Amino acid sequence: MSTVAVEVVYRGIFQKTLARNIVRSIVFAARKEGKYGTAFGRYGDSPERNGIPAKQFAIVADDPEELEENLAVYEAQEVDVTINVDDTMCKGIESWAWYGLQPINALTKTGGTLIVTSRQDADALIEDIHQKDQPYNLSIMTSIPSFSGLWVYKDDHTDVRILGALAKVCPQLVSLESMVEAIQDQGWDDLKVRSAERSYDRTTSRPVEPGEGNQEEPFSFDLPGWTTMEEGIVIRGIEQGGGFRGGEEGYQPVRNSVFKKYSTRSMRPIVNFDTCIKCTLCWLQCPDTCFDVTPDGLYDANLESCCGCGVCEAVCPVADCVTMINEAEFNDNDSQYEMWQKDKDDYTQWMTSLIEKQKQVDRTHGFHHVGGYAEEIAEVAED
Amino acid sequence: MTTVEEQLFMTEKEELISGSEAVAIACALADVDVITAYPIRPYDTVMQYVSQLKANGAFDCDFIVAESEHSQFEIVKHASSVGARTFCGSSGVGWFYAFEAIAVTAGLRLPVVAMVGNRALDDPGAFGVEHNDALAVRDLGWMLYWVATAQEALDMALMAWRIAEDPRAFLPMALSCDGSFLTHSQAIVNVPTQEQVNKFLPGYERGQLQLHPDNPITVAPQVNEDWLMEIRRQSNEAMSRTPGVIKEVYEEFKQVFGRGDPSPFLEEYMMDDDPDIVLMGMGTLALPVRVAIRRMREQGKKVGFVRLKFFRPFATEEVQEALGGAKAVAVIDRDYSFGSPSSGGVLFNEVRAALYPLDNRPHVVNFIAGLGGREVRVRDVEDMVDITQKAIDTGKVELECNWIGVRE
Ligand code: SF4
Ligand code: SF4
Repeated sequence: MSTVAVEVVYRGIFQKTLARNIVRSIVFAARKEGKYGTAFGRYGDSPERNGIPAKQFAIVADDPEELEENLAVYEAQEVDVTINVDDTMCKGIESWAWYGLQPINALTKTGGTLIVTSRQDADALIEDIHQKDQPYNLSIMTSIPSFSGLWVYKDDHTDVRILGALAKVCPQLVSLESMVEAIQDQGWDDLKVRSAERSYDRTTSRPVEPGEGNQEEPFSFDLPGWTTMEEGIVIRGIEQGGGFRGGEEGYQPVRNSVFKKYSTRSMRPIVNFDTCIKCTLCWLQCPDTCFDVTPDGLYDANLESCCGCGVCEAVCPVADCVTMINEAEFNDNDSQYEMWQKDKDDYTQWMTSLIEKQKQVDRTHGFHHVGGYAEEIAEVAED
Repeated sequence: MTTVEEQLFMTEKEELISGSEAVAIACALADVDVITAYPIRPYDTVMQYVSQLKANGAFDCDFIVAESEHSQFEIVKHASSVGARTFCGSSGVGWFYAFEAIAVTAGLRLPVVAMVGNRALDDPGAFGVEHNDALAVRDLGWMLYWVATAQEALDMALMAWRIAEDPRAFLPMALSCDGSFLTHSQAIVNVPTQEQVNKFLPGYERGQLQLHPDNPITVAPQVNEDWLMEIRRQSNEAMSRTPGVIKEVYEEFKQVFGRGDPSPFLEEYMMDDDPDIVLMGMGTLALPVRVAIRRMREQGKKVGFVRLKFFRPFATEEVQEALGGAKAVAVIDRDYSFGSPSSGGVLFNEVRAALYPLDNRPHVVNFIAGLGGREVRVRDVEDMVDITQKAIDTGKVELECNWIGVRE
């Protein structure tokens, strides 16, 4: 008797087809070995929203009765393998389906494996990933995140590369041979088979010790009981006027302390306060009302609210005044305005280096899913 | 001629009015803030009278003729959340068209008061009375009352706001009024004074749940499986508090206005001598049934009648007490529930379920009658009693559900 569960943590819409290809291929491959499986998306994520972390699962068991123990659930209790297809989610995820930040490895079993597609090294990732009391393994699949739209799919082989890696780190799930058969059965070409095999050969993993990783306590939210929650489906707002610094002092609206949206972000805006012309467009157009008005009339994005949509970059009329930067470059949500005030030269230097680096990486932030991919794929192919 | 004093309800007086007019007058007396309307027979009679009262200056309100029943119920739902006293209504499939709004009104705990002019569900074009329209909300958290007379329509409407707006309840309430027999028939009604009503009916205070800039709240954000069960459990708790509220309000009403039955839940007719056969039904059915009972009593038959007034909350204990001593209960349904247990009506299956825990259960026989507005005649009632008597004589119910007054 053995049941093996795998979760794919992905960015809603942008990676939906990718996640689906992975979980369905797992079940097909397991069937080749006479096993039974189920593949499902977490219902609470539906309908998916652009970039909001979401999950799909594949559960495989030796026989139908054993599988039944894992049916009619929203998610697996624990998983043998967690697959994270965008490394910026290593900082934790707050999905459409729950409140609070869930560490990326929350469901990963003791001795299980976390596979991350990333161009960062293990140390940089472990710095982001919340520490766990039990040991597990980290396996990195070198790649840029594969983003596409709801109706288009960028077939950059991320799906089959993950499947190859999976066969390697979790041999009790299925063999590489079965994975290959499942790939062929779905009408995918030999190139995809070769990508899977190559990934199998190259995949390694390293142990992560208990206590190793990000020490931060992820923010959480206690669900009230029927006797403690307000009647009439009423959620109390934040005290009116709290956090208001009127007139000359600027305006900083208070945000709900338990509702943050930053785990949706794969890129964040960085603002050049020296070139800003105070036109208010970013403040007006930001869909999440992120911009605080500073006492000197500049606009500072509140990075606990920012979902990384890139609208501010698109509407800012000044060249390079707002630039979207890979979220992986940051380890906190601190105010950029405060940094700039503390030391303007330092800030400018930091900002310039990030922008330069960004130009080389040419990472997409999903919302602009048209363009940029050809170059990215060429680069990955060379790796 | 109506004097200004009468128009402004300064003197108590008798009026010859229909159930719909009675409800409209109650709207004026209760000083309802927001009333929405969309025509459908027979409910439309209420909107006519309300607009007339407003035009005549009897009271002021926002009277909004919406572009559909759906909007009608959406508008009162939102108005109620900001603290406005509301009234609304519909009939038959119009009521069904508003269902998206109707269903959530209870979950949001908004004390909307609505009048359902009971009507067949429109197949094809029928508009006579059936109870299936109003009954559709029976599981959703609406209080549901069946009216028998125009006087009761006025009295109960006044009580409806008081009950629904009690913070222990904060649940919507529908007054079901049989099409034609109530909505289009006039009877002498005692119209109370504004002063009396003011003494009885305080304003609507939504307190901490009021949507207002000074009380920043979000109402009904998206929830998933991790919230909904608690919401339902809360609604259940609110509904289970309503019988207590209803009793209190009813007693106070009797004190202020000097009329009313012993119980707000049941009207018992010729029940003092514990009759062997008890008929049970809702709404204007009561009128021919009472006549038939008087005739049968003259012939020496021990028959009584219990009219169920509140369908929700269902007064389980009162029903058990009233019916538990009988040898057989005849439940008359002006509704249908195809494919239900014993192919019986909705009321029948509810009553039978309520009697199940009793040690000595009476026989329960069901009669489907008066559908689509067909008259229920005295002879029909006598047939029902004969069939029920047979169950007592033979010790078994031959046919649990009997259609009465239908052409073979
Ligand atoms: S990326 Fe810019 S516009 Fe979009 S949420 Fe963040 S701050 Fe607002
Ligand atoms: S859009 Fe650009 S220039 Fe305008 S206020 Fe925002 S950052 Fe400044």
